[in-house]
Amino acid sequence: MNTIHEIVLNWGIFERMLAFVLLAPLVGGLLAGIDRKVSARFQGRYGPPVLQPFYDAFKLFQKEKIIVNKFQDFNIVLFLLFTIFSGALFFAGADLLLTIFSLALAGTFFVLGGFCVGSPYSHLGAEREIIQQVAYEPMIILVAIGMYQVTGSFKVSVIAQYELPLILYLPGVFAGFLYILTIKFRKSPFDLSMSHHAHQEIVRGLTTEFSGSTLALIEIAHWYENVLLLGMVYLFFGFNPWLAVFVALATYLFEIFIDMNYARFKWQLTFGSSWLFTAVAGVSNIIVLSLMR
Amino acid sequence: MGWFKRSPWVLHYNATSCNGCDIEVIVSLTPLYDLERFGIINTGNPKHADILAVTGSVNEKSRQVLLNLYEQMPNPKVVVAVGLCATSGCVFQDCYNVLGGVDKVLPVDVYVPGCAARPESIIDGILKACEILEEKYSQRKKTGYPAAKE
Ligand code: SF4
Repeated sequence: MNTIHEIVLNWGIFERMLAFVLLAPLVGGLLAGIDRKVSARFQGRYGPPVLQPFYDAFKLFQKEKIIVNKFQDFNIVLFLLFTIFSGALFFAGADLLLTIFSLALAGTFFVLGGFCVGSPYSHLGAEREIIQQVAYEPMIILVAIGMYQVTGSFKVSVIAQYELPLILYLPGVFAGFLYILTIKFRKSPFDLSMSHHAHQEIVRGLTTEFSGSTLALIEIAHWYENVLLLGMVYLFFGFNPWLAVFVALATYLFEIFIDMNYARFKWQLTFGSSWLFTAVAGVSNIIVLSLMR
Repeated sequence: MGWFKRSPWVLHYNATSCNGCDIEVIVSLTPLYDLERFGIINTGNPKHADILAVTGSVNEKSRQVLLNLYEQMPNPKVVVAVGLCATSGCVFQDCYNVLGGVDKVLPVDVYVPGCAARPESIIDGILKACEILEEKYSQRKKTGYPAAKE
């Protein structure tokens, strides 16, 4: 692991970006497969093969293309591109703030994709997606601010190699980040805009009007996003790469566990609770930090 | 090679079933039968579906809905008639409002018999449908378009 770490450190920016673009979908897809298998086991089922998400994506690429209007696919391609862009920036060790903002931009294109079609289900999903974004965005920005306060830099490469354990300075921020991570991973109780499991009251929410290869692109963008978010978990434990990778995976399993144990919240509760949690855990942590300095 | 065998997504529509067959369709998703181990997902969205599983006989009211759902599904697609009502109309076929089985309206690819159809036979039927899906895909690839006006 340490040698791997050193090799990665010796890479240039473009090599790291390329590594992310090529490897992230494999890791993300595998994680999604493990997610489905573990979820099934929690429910006492056997579950699909671990490679199932890849089979699904391959199949979707083979389906007929049905496009409602030409802006629809345009938005989704932009969603994918900006997700890849923010992930590549992150893994190249660039600015954390820029990563967060371009990820938010990617999310905005996804919402626009949901709004540009006629289906009321899709509109409802898009509206809920906006509420979710407003719910999680403050906490993500607090993560960047907290890391800046400790390390004195917004650069991911500096933060990742900081010797002291960030988690000891930012326990509240980490707890808040875990909370909103459930929203970002689209897990219950916060899977308001579209749910991976039983397609409930709003059909399939945001993705109702997307089919075939466009749906596959959405899924792939989601894989990229997951890897990026787990990378942000890594930063909290960057002082020890082994521990950091372990905690990132444990976080993912924890989210699956939460997913299996909760029914869906109403949007008011989702919004209120995440802002409350952001204030209690995140903001207070930041205030204490600034008083200590 | 097609990947349809590995990830067929099913849309279930209740034409005018007595709910017996519907319950059996849902039962095949439960831990005892677990359809998902074949990668099968029960979706509620025709635009994501590959297989249309219909239960119950078709009448004047459900006819248009059924056609709508079928037309919204992207190719390749197959139709599975689940239960005796869907295959022939069963005991309801002489009713004044019943048109008969699903094949009066849509091209049915697989018939799953039984009143109600047992989960085992539903799973068999859907796996059979996967093979037909693969066939339709390779045909589509050769000719460019689905076997015209099925
Ligand atoms: S086949 Fe039997 S169980 Fe199924 S819908 Fe018809 S009457 Fe009900």
